[in-house]
Amino acid sequence: MSTNGREITYGEAGVEALREEMARDESIVYIGQGIGPRGGNFRQTRGLWKEFGDHRLRDTGICELGEAGLAIGAAMAGNRAIVDEVFLDFVLEAMTQIVQQAATIHYLSNGKIKVPVVIRGSMGSVRNAGAQHAHAFYAWFAHTPGLKVVLPSTPYDCKGLLKTALRQDTPVMFIEHKGLYNLKGNVPEEEYLIPFGQAVIRMAGTDVTLVAAGRMIHLALEAARALERDGISAEVIDPRTVAPLDRKTIAESIRKTGRLAIVDEAPASCGFSGELFALACEEAFDSLDAPPRRICSQHVPNPFSPVLESQMVPTVEKIVAEVRAMVRG
Amino acid sequence: MQRAVSEEIDVELGLKLYHQMLQLRDFELKVQELYRTGIMPGFVHLYIGEESVAVGVCASLEKSDLIYSTHRGHGHALAKGVPGREVMAELFGKRTGCCGGRGGSMHMYAPEYGFMGTNGIVGGGIPLATGAALSAQLRNSGQVAVSFFGDGAVNSGSFHESMNFAALWNLPVVFACENNLYATEMAFRRATKNTSIVSRASAYGLDGVEVDATEVTDVYHAAKKAIDKARSGGGPTLIEFKTYRFVGHHEGDPGTEYRTKEEVESWKQRDAIKKLREKLLSSDQADQASIDRIHAETESWLEDAVQFAKSSPNPDPSTVLDHV
Repeated sequence: MSTNGREITYGEAGVEALREEMARDESIVYIGQGIGPRGGNFRQTRGLWKEFGDHRLRDTGICELGEAGLAIGAAMAGNRAIVDEVFLDFVLEAMTQIVQQAATIHYLSNGKIKVPVVIRGSMGSVRNAGAQHAHAFYAWFAHTPGLKVVLPSTPYDCKGLLKTALRQDTPVMFIEHKGLYNLKGNVPEEEYLIPFGQAVIRMAGTDVTLVAAGRMIHLALEAARALERDGISAEVIDPRTVAPLDRKTIAESIRKTGRLAIVDEAPASCGFSGELFALACEEAFDSLDAPPRRICSQHVPNPFSPVLESQMVPTVEKIVAEVRAMVRG
Repeated sequence: MQRAVSEEIDVELGLKLYHQMLQLRDFELKVQELYRTGIMPGFVHLYIGEESVAVGVCASLEKSDLIYSTHRGHGHALAKGVPGREVMAELFGKRTGCCGGRGGSMHMYAPEYGFMGTNGIVGGGIPLATGAALSAQLRNSGQVAVSFFGDGAVNSGSFHESMNFAALWNLPVVFACENNLYATEMAFRRATKNTSIVSRASAYGLDGVEVDATEVTDVYHAAKKAIDKARSGGGPTLIEFKTYRFVGHHEGDPGTEYRTKEEVESWKQRDAIKKLREKLLSSDQADQASIDRIHAETESWLEDAVQFAKSSPNPDPSTVLDHV
């Protein structure tokens, strides 16, 4: 990736993407709660209201269903729209509009109606916010035909993927992670886009393939560095978009390493980790030296107590232990 | 809240409204007949009895205006100008249907006529229409959006959140509520304490009008006023149309378990089509010959649509993954 050494945060990278795209495409309207003068609960629209005004930044009360429905309706009628539900948890209030309307209409209308809408909501556990502000159910959307699902993990990806999201003709779930907004990283000054469906190999290796999305990639990388000191060489893959999924890059890696371990902040049951497990069996079965392993959150709502929540979610230590057992076992 | 006053209309418009209402009625009667023979797949919810609403409202809309319909939406599609051939072919799931057979009765879209969809989800189209009105305002396009929905939608969040946004942002949208008194089998009086739908407008600070939809001229004048107001920047209106479906909720439901025969019969006596015909004839505005001509034209139009649909090819199975 090309950089000029400039470092900005994940949150700032998203704001840059919005600023560039809203300047480029006057049809973009941004609807959401607290995204005006306040600049967003996570500062995810900081400065944009002054630049683009009330007309294009539609600050709203707390009414996620209506916000989403209006954004989808505006997108169907000739605008490009972003609806910011702030937390992925709150997106659930708008599920019927997203799943039953936005996701279906391009297909059901035989391609006659475009639905260029980005639905934004931040996932995951951070600072023990408790269950109703910490869910990780991004996979529900990947299970829905007609939705694209993006989980950016770095400032560079956040900007490039958001710009790509704002050029699609069908709905995109843009799911940031709350724990990443202050993460700094290289983001070039010059314009770039990141295509959907292209995974990136964050670390090359030969003994085991580690797949993780969103914030989990950072845990996987830390675990890989620890494993390296033990003489275990892990290849770490970030899918970047869960739908479409870059099956090819992941399958090739599994065929090379013979092992797959999946790190997922969501529970294992019927989730993305199961999808990757199936991918390994469908596309690399003859290369497998061991059954794939899943390091996922346990099947409970996020408990509040830091002690309990740490027990529930994947940690670097858990990843290292599982992978070591898998390779040495 | 105000009551619409019945005003007369000129004979040309009267005959046009009569012709369109008859098309909607006969189209649905034909769908009923075809569906009962088993050659039409899926489920259909017929608009029989409510034609005056779609026709009376759409008479004041431009082709570029956008309407959002319901599960009972064939009539809205026809009234907005979608050709009968394309609607009928879609009901057969044919390649020549307005959605190439992907949508069917409850997911029928024809944006080229400003028809933005029937909808399988009660209340589902209300936020979409409101969003279209936001888009029209942002683009300064002069378009008006109309959301049709029934009494079954007005206790849902979709309705209330949309009304709030429309009033707050002064959006060019008309909320056209077809209060046919029953949501599936649930009588409106059993579903809510306050049975005046129009009274809900004031809760959000927008205008509300109540209209007896058995008089299509009342529908026409109330809708025209609301549409003109929206187009000129005057904001949204909620119109409660008092109407009735003469048939069951869906084809196959006799509609008699929760409604008395007397009630159904009393509404049939006030059929908007019959009333307009009598009005046209009694006032010497039109002669029997012109009425007969409309009936004959409607019959051949419908026959053509049915033949077109029946003889059209099915979709190519290999296209199943297109457009997702």
